[in-house]
Amino acid sequence: MGRQYLLYGAVMLEIEIDGQAAQVAEGSTVIEAAHQLGIYIPHFCYHKKLSIAANCRMCLVQVEKAPKPMPACATPVSPGMKIFTHSDMAIKAQKGVMEFLLINHPLDCPICDQGGECQLQDLAVGYGSSASRYQEEKRVVSNKDLGPLVSTDMTRCINCTRCVRFTQEIAGVMELGQAFRGEFAEIMPFVEKTVDSELSGNIIDLCPVGALTSKPFRFGARTWELSRRKSVSPHDGLGSNLIVQVLHNKVLRVLPLENEEINECWLSDKDRFSYEGLNSEQRLTKPMVKQDGKWIEADWAAALDYVSHALRDIAAKDGAESIGALLSPHATLEELYLAQKLLRGIGSENVDFRLRHSDFSADGKRAGTPWLGMKVAEVDKLDRVLLVGSFVRKDQPLLAQRLRKAVKRGARVSVLHASDDDLLFKPFAKAIAAPSQLPRLLAEVVKAAAESKGVAADAALSAIVPGESARKIAESLLEARQGAILLGNYAQQHPQAATLQALGHQLAEIAGIRLGFLGEAANSVGGYVAEALPKGQGLNAAQMLAQPRKAYVLLGTEPEMDTADGRAALAALEQAKTVVALTAFKSAAMLDYADVLLPIAPFAETSGTFVSTEGRVQSFYAVTKPQGDTRPGWKVLRVLGNLLEVAGFDYESSEQIRDEVLAGQDGFVSGLDNAASGVSLTLDVAASTFERVADVPLYFADALVRRAPSLQAARDAVAPTARLNAASLSSLGIAAGSLVRVRQGDASVQLLAELDGAVADGCVRIAAAHVDTVSLGAMFGSLSVERA
Amino acid sequence: MLSESSLKKIDREVAKYPAAQKQSAVMAALAIAQDEKGWLDKDTIACVADYLGMAPVAVYEVASFYNMYDLEPVGKYKLTVCTNLPCALSGGAHAAEYVKEKLGVDFNQTTADGRFTLKEGECLGACGDAPVMLVNNKRMCSFMTPMQIDKLIEECK
Amino acid sequence: MALLGAINPLMTSGWAGGDAGWRLKDYVARGGYEMLRKVLTEKVSPDDVIATLKASVLRGRGGAGFPTGLKWSFMPKNFPGDKYVVCNSDEGEPGTFKDRDLMRFDPHSVIEGMIIAGYAMGAARGYNYIHGEIFDVYQRFEEALDEARAAGFLGSNILGSSFSYELFAHHGYGAYICGEETGLLESLEGKKGQPRFKPPFPASYGLYGKPTTINNTETFAAVPFILRMGGEAYLNMGKPNNGGTKLFSVSGHVNKPGNYEIPLGTPFAKLLEMAGGMRGGRKLKMVIPGGSSAPVIPGEMMMDLTMDYDAIAKAGSMLGSGAVIVMDETVCAVKALERLSYFYFEESCGQCTPCREGTGWMYRIVHRIENGEGRPDDLELLTSITPNIMGRTICALGDAAAMPVSGFIKHYRSEFEYHIENKRCLVPRDVQWAGSTFYTGPSC
Ligand SMILES: Cc1cc2nc3c(=O)[nH]c(=O)nc-3n(C[C@H](O)[C@H](O)[C@H](O)COP(=O)(O)O)c2cc1C
Ligand code: SF4
Ligand code: FES
Repeated sequence: MGRQYLLYGAVMLEIEIDGQAAQVAEGSTVIEAAHQLGIYIPHFCYHKKLSIAANCRMCLVQVEKAPKPMPACATPVSPGMKIFTHSDMAIKAQKGVMEFLLINHPLDCPICDQGGECQLQDLAVGYGSSASRYQEEKRVVSNKDLGPLVSTDMTRCINCTRCVRFTQEIAGVMELGQAFRGEFAEIMPFVEKTVDSELSGNIIDLCPVGALTSKPFRFGARTWELSRRKSVSPHDGLGSNLIVQVLHNKVLRVLPLENEEINECWLSDKDRFSYEGLNSEQRLTKPMVKQDGKWIEADWAAALDYVSHALRDIAAKDGAESIGALLSPHATLEELYLAQKLLRGIGSENVDFRLRHSDFSADGKRAGTPWLGMKVAEVDKLDRVLLVGSFVRKDQPLLAQRLRKAVKRGARVSVLHASDDDLLFKPFAKAIAAPSQLPRLLAEVVKAAAESKGVAADAALSAIVPGESARKIAESLLEARQGAILLGNYAQQHPQAATLQALGHQLAEIAGIRLGFLGEAANSVGGYVAEALPKGQGLNAAQMLAQPRKAYVLLGTEPEMDTADGRAALAALEQAKTVVALTAFKSAAMLDYADVLLPIAPFAETSGTFVSTEGRVQSFYAVTKPQGDTRPGWKVLRVLGNLLEVAGFDYESSEQIRDEVLAGQDGFVSGLDNAASGVSLTLDVAASTFERVADVPLYFADALVRRAPSLQAARDAVAPTARLNAASLSSLGIAAGSLVRVRQGDASVQLLAELDGAVADGCVRIAAAHVDTVSLGAMFGSLSVERA
Repeated sequence: MLSESSLKKIDREVAKYPAAQKQSAVMAALAIAQDEKGWLDKDTIACVADYLGMAPVAVYEVASFYNMYDLEPVGKYKLTVCTNLPCALSGGAHAAEYVKEKLGVDFNQTTADGRFTLKEGECLGACGDAPVMLVNNKRMCSFMTPMQIDKLIEECK
Repeated sequence: MALLGAINPLMTSGWAGGDAGWRLKDYVARGGYEMLRKVLTEKVSPDDVIATLKASVLRGRGGAGFPTGLKWSFMPKNFPGDKYVVCNSDEGEPGTFKDRDLMRFDPHSVIEGMIIAGYAMGAARGYNYIHGEIFDVYQRFEEALDEARAAGFLGSNILGSSFSYELFAHHGYGAYICGEETGLLESLEGKKGQPRFKPPFPASYGLYGKPTTINNTETFAAVPFILRMGGEAYLNMGKPNNGGTKLFSVSGHVNKPGNYEIPLGTPFAKLLEMAGGMRGGRKLKMVIPGGSSAPVIPGEMMMDLTMDYDAIAKAGSMLGSGAVIVMDETVCAVKALERLSYFYFEESCGQCTPCREGTGWMYRIVHRIENGEGRPDDLELLTSITPNIMGRTICALGDAAAMPVSGFIKHYRSEFEYHIENKRCLVPRDVQWAGSTFYTGPSC
């Protein structure tokens, strides 16, 4: 009995639960100790990721020498403690609590949406008594409108406050509260507010009863009818693990598959609800060919024949280099690999998956594949961070959550960006300026760090004079034990992305911290692994649009939404002789510019692999059969390879392709390296008034999520506006809410002006990737604003 | 939203707490806001939340938890009569009945002329003075016999 | 009225001036702040202050009766950050109204007690949490604080010593649960007053997560008097293990409801006599000896008891906060319990299941019985619900709600049964509540 000091410093205590001896770490609670032994203690309010509330009282157990039962979730273990989870005292206490929980709870499990997966139902079977002794009138609680994603049945609520604690502690902003008191206590958002967090769906999983359920799924099916299959999210670079639930070959629900190293037990709403897009009316389910300006459905053989002939013709007439391929970074590794192999096989080097990038000057100078620079699970252990050019809360919601966790642990996170968005934590220091000035701001930090450390700075920085924020940031990074500079999507899309990378690398070297890229898409790393980018004389994504090609092959992308300059993309596609789109969806624009549409399977309907931002290889199987005549993309590309007589296209399975790409790399890919050498720094870009700040709104970022109706009804999917800060508005003499005309080059659109104090001076924030703003053009650049 | 003088009062309350603990002033701030506005509507609550850097729902939790905040309009005079046992033993319950009859309203109702709202109080902490009544949360009236009640209601114009 | 009676008054010794005698100058004229001066100028060590309190066996006056000196000694000594002293003036337990008068008539004794507490425990800041319903008293306390600040009893380097201390008042706004010490802390932090699970106890994790000691108003007010007379002398005023005098708030069917200060161990009969005896000469039926949560004690039993923690506990109840609710024979036990049960139902903070669900259930059953809708198995049901609440909740409100129920049923079972069987009250209708007429104030 007693304490035992282990080598690694944790004190282990010897205790006994239900007669079983155990060694548990000092500071553990009884419930944790029991779980360690595989002993289940009933509970509702306790959740391992949330603070301890100890309010449901379901976990009462007997502790030797304690006169009354103790809540296992809140009672710390002590040396020699003897715990009884099934003694008379414990069972009596648990039964008593269960009776109280049920007196005001509807007993209509058969019609409850949670039926079959309800912790209360499960436990009531064991601890409840069959007949209710409660003869009074039951409480009725009014339902709340939490928005398009979460449905409520508040009479079922047992006030465990898990959802409230989730919004406060994990989502980072308290959107739910427990108002009123006593029997009248009610879980609710602030009067008439909805829950708008990008992580809101997790409260559905957390709710142990049927009070919070999925609105899109509601009454879709009973859980026992659903088959559960594993998959991987096709959206951001995290590669969250999914359980996809299927009935009659249709995805009805997506839940998190717990993986502590990636998504923990959470999912972002995008990962959770985008499955709705799988069943969009815009699904392409048959190959289609345009003949004399008219679309006709074709069979696969005819369509593929058409494609091979068209590509062959153009290659013969105009040279293979007049063919370009734009590949979605959300496509599978296998698809990306075969697409580039095909293009190269027919003689074109014009292939790229970095569609939203605008600076490719690091090509040929990179030491390896850009990646997170660390494991995802290391993000919350960081103690000093500089976040450069990142809308991380919307771009990688669960990485933002990890950063918040780090801040809670005392990390100092500083920000360099063109917009001071609320990250739901307080940045330690920040420098907010027009996009063109981001490289200079970062250079200031590098210079400050070098000066403070007494090392020589890059000669190119000789004219740089660090400002106060830069010094503050540099100082904090120099204190790092686990430090990182993280380049966000926006930094990667920046016209001086290579400069930012090179500066980031210099800073990392000086401060002894790591440099990381936050993965934009499911295969942002995989695209490099698949070599889905040009080498030598090949054209990159931007060049393919700037120097229009005769033919384009599109893989899983709508370039007007997915590229750095949607307007240029449209123009390029419209002038092309042939546009072949391998796609799961069709759109009006695509029907206009494309000539052949080949229906390929979205992630749920194909096997494939994503290489996540941490370099993790995650393969998955199809969870349903492809809809209609849809085929997995790799199969379509295989046939095309064969038809075009490219060697080495005799694959039997997607695994075979994967194994060829990865060539023995297992678990994590190799060759990850964020260094770049020989990049010439561009620091003296003059600021112009006004500069565009273009974010990619999270529910417009890819073709699938753009078609998920419930997400499109969420607050994050509101139509873009022209957002300016107060100074900008007043300098223009424009009132918030009024209509303005925004001109970019010779393009213009009309938008509502909106006051947004977060936007940098001299900038207008106008979202990209949205039909309303496509015609405006490039994500970066100067524009003018006038009253409409 | 709130007047300068209310905000000044709130500032004075905020100063009582450590700099990082502004939220501690929320109860006082809500009381001050209620004094100014008569009751706490959603905008007032949001305004207090904003001023103290709190989530609006966190302020709403507070406003709905404590009995003396009014989340619905009340009359010009809110009369709270304690009917708890110690008071009832010395006429508290009778006093409540008397007021109800006199004003023609039940608990939680407001007179047609908008002058009075009647509330049932739990222990006001003045049981020795029963019957006791609280006027507009701030003024404690002791030994409220019918004559005293008449006088009080007469006074409240 | 200021004070209706006392034996060996300490804490009420300055009340004579009533509303005209509370100011700093009055307090100083009575010898106030001398103990603070002595402690600071003679550099009495914090340990000595605590030792004196331990010797006095001052037991907390807020309800639980925990020895104050011992509680103060729990505060970590060499804690690097802030520490707090908090005064619990959220007096809301039905029947209790002593802290209100203490702050009305002698606020500086509370302030002096709190400053000395800060000194003894190495805290630099204190808060007094005052019941929202007594807003005028809160305002007076704020004035008293201003006086103390102006006189240099608060602030930096008090009386030229190295000790600095700030003290502020905070008001509640209508929630009984904020009297529970951790509910109070949450409320002081600007949240709902939902109690915290203990451990950790406030001495290690209190206000803003820092070591904190919470005492009742009367506890703090006693401190200067104890220092003045010495620990042992104070102890000897009361009886062993029950040091000193205590304030009793007497309410209900007595001729002179009000506050009385008497040495612990004084017979109840004496207290009843001081309170002018039974109103209208009616017969004493029952007494709740320590605030509404204390189990009721039948009158004849009560007449044999002395007013101290141990004697009342032995009789199956609690001295609690010292609120003595006296009821005569015109009171129906069912109706009395119904009103108390409603109170706990209304005041439950709603966080833990047994209290949130159980208080409403108990109230509804008692309400049915009182209204002639009782069922034969209701008493059995009630007595099986109470043990499912007691000891199963985060804070003691669950117990406080259950104890009156079991107490009333234990002593007055036949009345409940009569109600259930006959759908009416055992106390004849014309007599019922007759003692509870409008009270016009003390005749004196
Ligand atoms: C429901 C409940 C209400 C309470 N109300 C009060 C109160 O109004 N005043 C008070 O001093 N203590 C009250 N207490 C006791 C406090 O929790 C705490 O024990 C006391 O303030 C400690 O001070 P003391 O040691 O000086 O008695 C209450 C406890 C409970 C459980
Ligand atoms: S016992 Fe009642 S008042 Fe106390 S914490 Fe639990 S619900 Fe709240
Ligand atoms: S799980 Fe322990 S009290 Fe709810």
